[in-house]
Amino acid sequence: MTETGQSARSIVRAAITLAAAAAVYEALARSGYFAPALLPTIPTIARALYASLADGSMIQHAIYTLYRVMFGFGLAIAVGIPLGILMARFQRVENFFLPLVSALMPIPSFALVPLFMLWFGIGNLTTILIVFYAATFPMLFNTWSGVRSVNPIWLRAAGCMGADEHSLFWKVIIPGASPFIITGMRQSFLRAWIAVVGAEMIAASDWGLGWVIFDAKEFLNTDTMLAALVVIGAIGFLFERLVFGSLERATVLRWGMVRSAKG
Amino acid sequence: MQDAVSTIAATTAAGRPADGVERWRLVARNVFPFAVVGTIWEIVAWMGIFPHRLFPTLEEVALSFVQLTMAGILPHHAIQTVIRLLTGFALAASVGVTIGVLMGRSRRAEDILLPLVSIGAPIPGLAYAPLFLLWFGLGNFSAVLLVGFVAAFPIIFNSWTGVKAVKEIWLRSAQSMGADDRRMFRHVILPGALPYILTGLRLGLAQAWRILVAIEMLAAVPWGLGWMIFGAREFLNTDVMMAGIAVIGIIGLTLEKFVFQKIENYTVVRWGMVTA
Repeated sequence: MTETGQSARSIVRAAITLAAAAAVYEALARSGYFAPALLPTIPTIARALYASLADGSMIQHAIYTLYRVMFGFGLAIAVGIPLGILMARFQRVENFFLPLVSALMPIPSFALVPLFMLWFGIGNLTTILIVFYAATFPMLFNTWSGVRSVNPIWLRAAGCMGADEHSLFWKVIIPGASPFIITGMRQSFLRAWIAVVGAEMIAASDWGLGWVIFDAKEFLNTDTMLAALVVIGAIGFLFERLVFGSLERATVLRWGMVRSAKG
Repeated sequence: MQDAVSTIAATTAAGRPADGVERWRLVARNVFPFAVVGTIWEIVAWMGIFPHRLFPTLEEVALSFVQLTMAGILPHHAIQTVIRLLTGFALAASVGVTIGVLMGRSRRAEDILLPLVSIGAPIPGLAYAPLFLLWFGLGNFSAVLLVGFVAAFPIIFNSWTGVKAVKEIWLRSAQSMGADDRRMFRHVILPGALPYILTGLRLGLAQAWRILVAIEMLAAVPWGLGWMIFGAREFLNTDVMMAGIAVIGIIGLTLEKFVFQKIENYTVVRWGMVTA
């Protein structure tokens, strides 16, 4: 009773906050203290967003960005998960890769952008590789610690019940490590999303949401910049909530893994 | 859970070798992968498959590292970068912890601030960069402000969660023992939330570090490692770029290993908060 009242009041307050923030912004934009080119009004931004969506250019940019992010993210999964599993299962692999990975981890992906631009030119390849670099480490680490943290009792129990290597791997280790792996995917997508925007800005190609923002700066098209910012935020939010949220519900929550992963 | 440094530190600390032979074996085991990769790199560089300018040998990288360090150029860049990082991070920490704690303590503050924070957070920090450059101009001010802005989000979220995660029973027992608001905050809420706040600070610092390198490339600051790497590209000085990347890696590792682990050991581990 009180709880629903509380949450209803929270929603009302949230709406009031957002409306107030928008009103303050609008007032600032209209006050004339700042150049309208730098601080466009909300209707102007909405119009820019609508126009770019209607003529398909924003969609085209978003498709390019998504292609790069998905390609890099897919590569990161394809490398990160197997390597993480190997590192957790075989001491030798861990001994070899762990020092290398810990040396590379603290280097931000953006530091490599200029180097990759020299090596691979500007455009898709550089961006994809930067995304790959940024997204691999969270994937790798979470898989590694996930497989390591599979409860040894489960392994022994499965062994006692006569599970062979193959079914041990697919029926025990992979489901046991899956909460970590999914967390890894989540983090690594977040990293990939950050990296793609940055890489598109620095290694300017000719399409992509990051490039739109950077290019709009040159022409003082602040409305386009803010419109692209809205699109970037919306896509990031959608992925986080819909894709990973439903992935989590379909796997670890259904298997009842999450509680044991935390404990 | 997801960083190598602490894991390595944990394993070496746990299996602290008793005698010298074991220790040498450990060193050798950690050096070996680098030796392999370094050798492969050298072979490829010497074979000349790629243009020499773009793929320098390790000696050249080391040489330019030494030369730049001796000339004082590299330290100057590094110091400027670190100052910028610390300023931005201090900004983020003070604002972030304040907002986060406020959100955790007061329902009203939470209702008001949470929508704003959750709208700002999912947008990658660097996407704001051109906007900040337009609004606040090129140079230091924009760079520091952006770093602070971006690093504030994880700090806010973690402080908020931390304050909310303080056990209700601690609050009640402190209250029944007659703690006033101030003591309650200082002796119960703050220590209780500290593991989360520290995690937030750590994440924030990592975020600040990643963004800083990129913003230095875009904001045309006079000195800074990101700028050095970006500038070296124009002249095809791949060896300088590599040296810069190495310094960036070293600073990142130092921050993680020596700053945050130390803080953690002095506070939450000593108070027994982490295992509890």
